[in-house]
Amino acid sequence: MRRYFFNRHEWFLVGVLVVLSAVITCINPSFLSFENITDLLKSFTVLGIFSLGMFMVIVSGGFDISFTAIAQAAQYAVVALLMFRWASIGDIWVAIFLAVLFGLVLGCVNGAIIHFFKIPPIMVTIATQNLYYGIMYVITKGDLIHDIPLYYREFSYARVIEFHRVDGAPYGLTLVTAIWIVLGIAAALFLKYTRLGRSIFALGGNRISAERIGFNICLTTIFVYGAMGAIAGLAAIVDVSIAGSVIPNSIVGKELQIIAAVILGGTAITGGKGSIQGTFLGVFLFAVLSNSLTLLKIPSYYYKVFTGLVILLAVAGNALQIKRQEGKKVRVQVDEIRAGGA
Amino acid sequence: MAFLELKGIRKSFDGVHALKGVDFTVEEGEVHGLVGENGSGKSTLMKIIAGVYTPDEGETYLDDRLVTDNSPFFSSVSGISVIYQDLSLFPNLTVVENIYMGKLVSDSGKIVNPKKYIQPAIDTLNGLGVAINPYDLVEMLPIAKQQIIAIARALTNKTRLLILDEPTTALTRKEILQLFEILGKLKEKGISFIFISHKLDEVLEICDRVTVLRDGDHIGTEPASSLGIEKIESMMLGKSLTFERKTSSGAKETEVLRLEKLTKKNNFADVSLTLKAGEIVGISGLLGSGRTELALALFGIAPADSGRIFINGRETRIDSVDAAVQRGIAYVPEDRLQQGLVMDHSIGDNIVLATQDDYVRKMRLIDRRAMRVTSERWIRDLGIKTDSAKKSARVLSGGNQQKVVVAKWLAMKPTILILDSPTVGIDVGAKSALYETIRDSARNGMAILMISDEMPELLSNCDRIYVMRNGRMIREFDAQKIGESDLRNALELSGTTSFSGVGV
Repeated sequence: MRRYFFNRHEWFLVGVLVVLSAVITCINPSFLSFENITDLLKSFTVLGIFSLGMFMVIVSGGFDISFTAIAQAAQYAVVALLMFRWASIGDIWVAIFLAVLFGLVLGCVNGAIIHFFKIPPIMVTIATQNLYYGIMYVITKGDLIHDIPLYYREFSYARVIEFHRVDGAPYGLTLVTAIWIVLGIAAALFLKYTRLGRSIFALGGNRISAERIGFNICLTTIFVYGAMGAIAGLAAIVDVSIAGSVIPNSIVGKELQIIAAVILGGTAITGGKGSIQGTFLGVFLFAVLSNSLTLLKIPSYYYKVFTGLVILLAVAGNALQIKRQEGKKVRVQVDEIRAGGA
Repeated sequence: MAFLELKGIRKSFDGVHALKGVDFTVEEGEVHGLVGENGSGKSTLMKIIAGVYTPDEGETYLDDRLVTDNSPFFSSVSGISVIYQDLSLFPNLTVVENIYMGKLVSDSGKIVNPKKYIQPAIDTLNGLGVAINPYDLVEMLPIAKQQIIAIARALTNKTRLLILDEPTTALTRKEILQLFEILGKLKEKGISFIFISHKLDEVLEICDRVTVLRDGDHIGTEPASSLGIEKIESMMLGKSLTFERKTSSGAKETEVLRLEKLTKKNNFADVSLTLKAGEIVGISGLLGSGRTELALALFGIAPADSGRIFINGRETRIDSVDAAVQRGIAYVPEDRLQQGLVMDHSIGDNIVLATQDDYVRKMRLIDRRAMRVTSERWIRDLGIKTDSAKKSARVLSGGNQQKVVVAKWLAMKPTILILDSPTVGIDVGAKSALYETIRDSARNGMAILMISDEMPELLSNCDRIYVMRNGRMIREFDAQKIGESDLRNALELSGTTSFSGVGV
């Protein structure tokens, strides 16, 4: 089985996306407009950036639910610092740099605890989620930050490809979406063409084998959680620029949806299997689903119901396929000659 | 010229002597067999060669040069590779990726150009002369092919000595022959092998010389041509070994199980057999003959597609494990340590695990005292070596863990007990105690199906033996009227599949 751009599961997702889009377009033709698509991508950019880090963690055989807390803390810390202490150097790129650094450190702490204490990642990150989020609350007392500097807003409005509507309003592919896509491509290349990238797949496939063959398991583990943290830092700044204010509970609570998007994209929860392409498709599917409910004027409460159903269907379909394959497997090459006397 | 030479190797762990002065040499292009009972020091010796352990005393020479500081890294750059029993492959990656993974780790670059690795990997695979699609995922391949991939991976690292730990356990006869052919080819290129196995007939078939260890002592190294199975066994045990044959059949008249043309696609076809109360019936066949699949169907794990099953004369369907248990069937799987034992539970709790319902008293409370009495009785009867039923099952040796699993199922008092390879991996001493228990249970009226490919085991315990090959029952023997050679011929003979009873 040579690896093509899309595998079977991914083609299935593409199919679902195409059918879903076609149906929605028939009902509401504005769906397929460039404007709607780019708006949609923008509103799912934060989730999309998170999903790239989550993908690497899950593929390595790990798990992380503290990343939203890392993002939340990084967002608060960086925005507050650049407003009240270091306002003079306040700039979007400084903000991104600081947030990524902040996330990297917290992520590495996760990775180091997981590696050196050999505690299941889910336990460690449940603990650190509470810890990081709790410390942030203690310090900030949950105050919102309004009136954040203009450079955040400008960042979220910047476009790489820009068009203007007849009424003069601009639309097009935003810079934040472009950053997400470029980061995704970079992650895919990294995973395929570097030794560290290959070691992530190896670790997720068989930990003992990876150790025996001589991979540096410590480095790989700390790297994936560190990268998750750094990516969470980036997502935090993108989030605040789109939202326009710092709301201390706006990100925590979304981790399950992000994990769901990664799993929906065909990544095995047990590690070792999955692709960046699939992860993109998983996020797109969520995006199209939510948008279709809006365009079809279905109340937004239904969004969670549909999300649950889609995840169940996708996971059940996958399990069914594996079961069918297992049934077809030839365990014994049975002789076709009929036994003489029996 | 000797590639590897070990002199006077001693190693102890916490005061327990694992190796007591072992000499060991491997010539270039030699297949050297290493045999011994569990705990004889085989794996310690292997780990010393691989640089995992450092010996307390003794010298190691590679190409006649003294090795002062062995380590896993040093041994691997010196051309020593170990293929562990679990193969250490990555099931989620393709064949080529698995093959070049070792090279990838040892190369210094951080950036990987897959093109640079793919062609050599494919060449190595082709060099072994086996048809494997290099882009298949390893998890989709049968064990035999995975084994060859593990060998190919070792070869990409300029291997000169390959240590194979129990390489044939999961292979069919055909696959074993293919493996031996590959070893032969590599041998001609000057690659040496250490072949660790408990299958003595295969050791004699492939090895040039054989080294026998017993309790950490080096008993001897002899050319394979001068050894026989009995000779090796007596070296391994320090005494000659004969199992007492069962003299009379305890079979009663009541037929408890009858199968008529039981069939499961891609598993087995038209299997018919009968089993009486008090009878021990062997089902023999090589790996891949369908023997285990038949057991899985009888126990409802992978039910049959067609055919009829009669239990106590009444036709019945077994389509789930629950149905099988309700009809009084118990099954001790081959992979019993994984499937049969809760390692962190105490020995006693493991024994009564399947029969907990029997101890539920008033108010749904559990009678711990009765549980303890039962488990202690089994520990005594089976000779499980422990000073307390409260110790965790993990601390027991493999053979004793095996007994705990068997005790668990015997405690259920099933009508029909299916044992899949009951003594694989356990020591000879433990074997006879287990046989005694099995025979005892039969004397008390239990009907036993014993799946095995160990001929002495079948001949000394069974009343009748069925032979399976390629998913079909090909013969039925009266165990008391045949010898090992008859059974061996029936097992390995290819050709006609006529069904003929001998003396039945």
